[in-house]
Amino acid sequence: MKGMDTIRGALGALTILALAAGGPRPAVAVAATQPAVTVHIANFAFKPSVVTIAAGTTVTFVNDDAEPHTATAMDKSFDSEGLDLHQSWKHSFTKPGTYAYFCEMHPYMKGKIFVTAGGK
Amino acid sequence: MKRQDFLEHVGWTGAGLAFTIGSMGIIEPIAAGAQTTGFSFVQISDSHIGFHQPANDDVAGTLAKTVAAINALPNQPAFVVHTGDITHLSKVDQFDSAKQILGTLRAPLLTLPGEHDVIGAEGMKNYFAAFGKKDAKDGWYSWDQNGIHFIALVNVFDFETMGLLGQKQLDWLAKDVAGQKSDTPMVVLGHVPLYALYPQWGWTTDDGFKALAMLKRFSSVTVLNGHIHQIITHTDGNIRFFTAAATAYPQPAPGTAEKPGPLTVPKDHLLSVLGYRTVRVDGANGTVADHNLA
Repeated sequence: MKGMDTIRGALGALTILALAAGGPRPAVAVAATQPAVTVHIANFAFKPSVVTIAAGTTVTFVNDDAEPHTATAMDKSFDSEGLDLHQSWKHSFTKPGTYAYFCEMHPYMKGKIFVTAGGK
Repeated sequence: MKRQDFLEHVGWTGAGLAFTIGSMGIIEPIAAGAQTTGFSFVQISDSHIGFHQPANDDVAGTLAKTVAAINALPNQPAFVVHTGDITHLSKVDQFDSAKQILGTLRAPLLTLPGEHDVIGAEGMKNYFAAFGKKDAKDGWYSWDQNGIHFIALVNVFDFETMGLLGQKQLDWLAKDVAGQKSDTPMVVLGHVPLYALYPQWGWTTDDGFKALAMLKRFSSVTVLNGHIHQIITHTDGNIRFFTAAATAYPQPAPGTAEKPGPLTVPKDHLLSVLGYRTVRVDGANGTVADHNLA
C-alpha cells in the first residue's frame, strides 16, 4: 500500500507540471491571474488616482464619502452610476489600454487606470 | 477667475429674512412681516429624496413639511420652482416619491435639474421622464409672467469642469434675451451658482460669466440658485444673486470644512436651517424672503 501511494503522488506531480507547461489551467491558477484592486473614493478624490493592472483584473470602487460620486470613463466604456456612502461597484478590465475616468458629479475628480497585457 | 466683490453670509431668524431690491441696487433688510398682495412665487431647492444619513434621516418628511408651509401661505404663489437636486441619486423610485410629495402643492410646479438628478444617461432619462417639459426638450426654458422675463437655465448637463451651461444653451440665451427691453425685470433660475461663489468646492459655473455678460444691459436682474444648501447673497452691478437653503440638510459655509457635503446639526436645530423662499413683486419692487421650517 505504501508503494502505491508514492506512485500516485508522483503521477499527481507530473500532471501539475504538464498543466503548467501549456495545458488547460486549473481553477486556482486562473484566479491568481485575476487579482482584485480597490480604489477608494474619499475626500473627493480617487485613491489611488493612478492604478496599473494586468488585463483581467477586477477593480472595486468604494465610496467612503457622505457625498455621492461616480467612476465614469471619459470614453463612457464604463460607468458606476451614482455610488452613495459605503456603496461599491466592480468592473473587470479585459482589454489593455489607458482608461481615464472621472466623477460625473464632481468632474474635477479624475483617475487613470493603465491596463497592461500581462497576466499570461 | 474673477474674485467676487464680497461674500455675505445671511443668518436665519424665525420669521425669515427679507430684502428689498431697491432701484439703486442696494439690498435693504426689511421686516419679513411687511408683505404685499402683489405677484409672488416660491423657490425651493435641494430635497435629495433618497438620502439616508444622519444629517437628515427623513428628507421626505422635511420636503412634505415645506410643501405644507407653502400650501398654508395666505396668498398662494403663482408657481413654485424647484431649483434642482430633487433626488439624491436620480433613481426612478426617488423621482416617484418626490413627485408624490410635490404633487400636493396647491400652486403649479416648475423644476430644474441638479447634478444629483441627472447622474449618467440613466439619470438624465429618469429626470426627463418624471419632470421633463414638452416645450423644453433641452431642459432650459423661459417665459414671461407679470411683466417679468423668467429664464430657467441648466448648468449640470455638461460637466467638463464644475457647472457648465455649454455653447448651445448660451446661443439660445443670447437669442432669448435679444428681444427683451432693458427695463424688463429679469429673474434667472438655475441649480449651481452662476458666479464664482467658491470654486475650490466647485461652487461656480465655468461659463457663467458669458451668461451674466448678456444680462448686464438689464436694469434689474435677480439670480436664484440652489446647490450649496445655504443662503448667500451677492451683488455684482445690476445683478443680485441669492442661493437658497435646502429642504434636506445644510452644508458647511465656504471654507469652514475640508470638503463640502452633508452637515449634521443638532436634531432640534435642523428645521431652522431648512426652508423655502418667497419672492414678491409689487410694481418695481421685489422682495426676497427666506423662511425656515422651525
